[in-house]
Amino acid sequence: MREVAIVGVGMTRFGELWESPLRNMFTEAALTAIDDAGVDHIDSMYVGAMSSGLFVHQEHIASLLADYLGVAGIPSTRVESACASGGLAVRQAVIEVGAGVSDIVLAGGVEKMTDGVDAIDALATAADQEYEAFHGITFPGLYAFIANAHMHRYGTTREQLADVAVKNHDHGSLNPKAQFPFKITREAVMNSTMVAWPLRLLDCSPVTDGAAAVIVTSMDVAEKLGRPIVKVLASGHATDGLALHSRTDPTTIPAVGRAAEIAFKQAGLTPEKIELAEVHDCFTIAELVVTEELGFVERGRSGEAVSSGETRLGGRIPVNTSGGLKAKGHPVGASGVAQIIEVVEQLRGSAGDRQVEGARIGLTQNMGGSGASCVVHILEGVS
Amino acid sequence: MITPRYTREIPQRYHLEAGKCTECNFIAFPPRLICPECGSREFEQISLSPSGKIVTYTVVCVAAEEFSTETPLPIAIIETDEGARLTAQVVDCDPEEVEIGKRVRLIFRCIQKEGLAGIRQYGYKAVLEG
Ligand SMILES: [Zn+2]
Repeated sequence: MREVAIVGVGMTRFGELWESPLRNMFTEAALTAIDDAGVDHIDSMYVGAMSSGLFVHQEHIASLLADYLGVAGIPSTRVESACASGGLAVRQAVIEVGAGVSDIVLAGGVEKMTDGVDAIDALATAADQEYEAFHGITFPGLYAFIANAHMHRYGTTREQLADVAVKNHDHGSLNPKAQFPFKITREAVMNSTMVAWPLRLLDCSPVTDGAAAVIVTSMDVAEKLGRPIVKVLASGHATDGLALHSRTDPTTIPAVGRAAEIAFKQAGLTPEKIELAEVHDCFTIAELVVTEELGFVERGRSGEAVSSGETRLGGRIPVNTSGGLKAKGHPVGASGVAQIIEVVEQLRGSAGDRQVEGARIGLTQNMGGSGASCVVHILEGVS
Repeated sequence: MITPRYTREIPQRYHLEAGKCTECNFIAFPPRLICPECGSREFEQISLSPSGKIVTYTVVCVAAEEFSTETPLPIAIIETDEGARLTAQVVDCDPEEVEIGKRVRLIFRCIQKEGLAGIRQYGYKAVLEG
């Protein structure tokens, strides 16, 4: 594979964007990324979207969105892997450019979730319909399975779960694109509506509209553009059984560990070399388990690590400086792309109040369902 | 209800039918065509034991529409005595009584009513033992 760079980024504000249809959200993000990169064309595009069919009753969106981007005619491919669709769209673009098939590829993600569809029902399709959802388990319920197992095994506390949400809202309060750009308290989390024991409303990422896009190019093209270059050091992808009950240990999410192992090996790096990470905090417990799977903290110690500030801005390994899915918002198909954007901004040194000083290497981790798919990217800023 | 879709699942939902790999003894619930552990395609048809224990659990308080009148709804991952795992509601108890490690028995119950006609769909639920 030849070396690949990310040279342009763009995203909509995340939130309830009632005034914007899906096609305009995506086009806005894509045009911003194209302008940011300064490219005069794209060779092809990938669109990550979990369920435009259920959310807005529109499939076949790869072609629709190419048309509205004014590039009808080029190859355009929809990528679906539940909430990992966006990260996977970026990975497909990286592979296509790395393989030399194309030089300039747009990878975007989009989800329009607030048009009145029952989001619980639509999101539940990422779980096993016949053997999980049929019995009444919801997505918060599946992560609550993980949370109860983790609390039982390691003594992780309710307060530690709350501290993930508090930290990510602190970070999100510095992000003008975030759906919830404000701080919350531990007490607010612990007194919010119970959703699935022990997870409460403020442990859960929200339902969000939004789109995000990046421009992936060969290093040759990137160098000619004269824009800040962020190199893709690694792209790891792994899968697992769809049903959480089919996995041996519900305190772990093995696909995350596998995708990370692949990525660290590709990059020739160890977890200690990562200076910041955007991870898939669809629920507070998810961030805890993921930081263990990525090797940032020892197994069972993630609760302690968040409460002691190791994973906050200014800490040993800042996690979710964007506010994460929790505060920035979680338009499922766009989330994995938006993670890449945050890390690119950090490595360019343009993350404003959220800047991790001098950051050079960052990681993104995006997963689908209760962890049946996971995509990990490692990026390096080239100065 | 899409009748064929429901009917196909009856052996598993009503009788806990599973496949036991003749090479490595892996238990596939629902039955599979190829063993994920050893790659064998030979299975012996078995029925899971209806007794097992709770691996982990939750109590769903915000449910999908079909279950919205049944909250708080305890649901657990259960490991049967053969080592197969499945997800099932835990019923006939106070949600506070549900705990990791507790023994349960699987019983035949109505799981949900589908559609405007309220057609009943059946399957397994768990009750606490002792
Ligand atoms: Zn086998």
